[in-house]
Amino acid sequence: MKGIGWLAILPFIGMFAGPIFHNSVTPFILGMPFILAWIVIWVLMSSVVMAVIYRFDASGGSDQ
Amino acid sequence: MIIALVLIGLSAVLALGIGIRARSGHEMGLEQWTVGGRGFGAALVFLLLAGEIYTTFTFLGASGYAYGLGAPAYYILAYGTLAYVISYFMLPAVWRYARRHGLVSQPDFFAHKYDSPALGVLVALVGVVALVPYLVLQFTGLGVIVQAASYGAIPKAVAVTIGAAVVTLYVVISGIRGSAWTSIVKDAAIILVVLFLGIYLPLHYEGGIGAMFAAVDKARPGFLAFAATGKSVSWFVSTVMLTALGFFMWPHSFGACYTAKNAGVFRKNAILLPLYQLVLLFVFFVGFTAVLVVPGLKGAATNMALLKITVAAFPPWVVGIVGATGVLTALVPGSLILMCAATLFARNIVAVLRPQSDAQTVKLAKMLVPVVAVIGAYFAIKGSDTIVALLLMGYSFVTQLFPALICSLLARSPVTKAGAFAGIGCGVATVVYFTMSAETLAKLAPGWPEWLRDLNVGTVALVVNVVVMAAVSAVAARGRVAAKAAL
Repeated sequence: MKGIGWLAILPFIGMFAGPIFHNSVTPFILGMPFILAWIVIWVLMSSVVMAVIYRFDASGGSDQ
Repeated sequence: MIIALVLIGLSAVLALGIGIRARSGHEMGLEQWTVGGRGFGAALVFLLLAGEIYTTFTFLGASGYAYGLGAPAYYILAYGTLAYVISYFMLPAVWRYARRHGLVSQPDFFAHKYDSPALGVLVALVGVVALVPYLVLQFTGLGVIVQAASYGAIPKAVAVTIGAAVVTLYVVISGIRGSAWTSIVKDAAIILVVLFLGIYLPLHYEGGIGAMFAAVDKARPGFLAFAATGKSVSWFVSTVMLTALGFFMWPHSFGACYTAKNAGVFRKNAILLPLYQLVLLFVFFVGFTAVLVVPGLKGAATNMALLKITVAAFPPWVVGIVGATGVLTALVPGSLILMCAATLFARNIVAVLRPQSDAQTVKLAKMLVPVVAVIGAYFAIKGSDTIVALLLMGYSFVTQLFPALICSLLARSPVTKAGAFAGIGCGVATVVYFTMSAETLAKLAPGWPEWLRDLNVGTVALVVNVVVMAAVSAVAARGRVAAKAAL
């Protein structure tokens, strides 16, 4: 894991930062309690991050 | 009631039919029965791995956990995503090594990597032990479904026994191909059912998802955020880490990744699978709505939350459809787990200790299937755990395999076979101690800061594991250097 692969740390930091720094029901986002919404956002962000890594990873998809 | 049971019975028959069809044209040797001849493309591997996402655990367990505990259920949405991030880097390496050496199972991998058949046997034992609570939870789910769909007419013991018998029959008939194909039907059914319930129920009872959450927050202040003690933020972080690391350490998931045609499959899946599990959100919506509509369920009864609210809201034929979907969510993973436990025992424990032919191993594995099923059914009938508690127990065990596995993938691993063996052994012993004595850190160390006391005990065992692994490896390596110097 080198270069672009280090981006993979972002989902971990993101997922945990919300509950650690703002463990609260409010504000509601799209009707959902804050922490639940925060986790949903990071599920989406993780997919984006992995797509970026896949796009720029030298070995991405090309190997058998 | 009759119509609900008929629909549920039909779903089981349908699954058996698919299993028999999938089998035709493939000779059922060991490699074909367990890894499908390594010929599965992205779509089927995706479904086998995704089979993990939509099981009874998600369907009944996640809704019940949201109902019973509130915010702690969020962990279920978080851990899979992080597990896929890890899988992007880990699985291609595992797959490549397994293919190069023609490996069939997870213990093969450890035994081969560390050049230690004894380590393979230990890994197989850990796998079998961890699979038992996982199997118990699928049977518990089946029991809950049959009980609810019969409107209480069929007692738990009978319901669980019927469920276990169907799973056993299914495994003996179909092997992994049946599981992969039934997965497709199962996933389509569960997505439709969960989206429907998750949108309709909050709308019907509270006027919308936002209104539903506002009502829950009013009825139970603080329920939708983490508590200050117990299942606190520290519990959340440690549990998510434990389960994310352990996600692919399950012998059947590890084995499922061998079925891929190429390594690129895993990289693409790491982008798609996080999105796929957002359906879980709607499972939570059902569980939280049930807090308002069918309050009062406690302990293991919370497993019933989704079905109780379904029974309250809909006519019997809808209950039948929901129940039938539930049966599929237990049948597919249940069959994989059962097959995997039996194969591990026959191939990686018995055959190592007492060499035998592949044909004998397959025969023994098939004979063990009903034995393991009976054990699982026994615990499902006797036990009174929530589905999530059962899975977390299994995770505490399998995650102990992670440190030795990840180190073995390094170009130059500092971990020796003795270190791997001792680390896994001590980690598992720690889990057994905590499980048997029902101790928690909060009880053992009342003076420690709150965040330390709330850690998931599985992570404590993981720390023990890593420390022992490093210490023993260091001593073993020094011994080897000293021996070389003496020559």
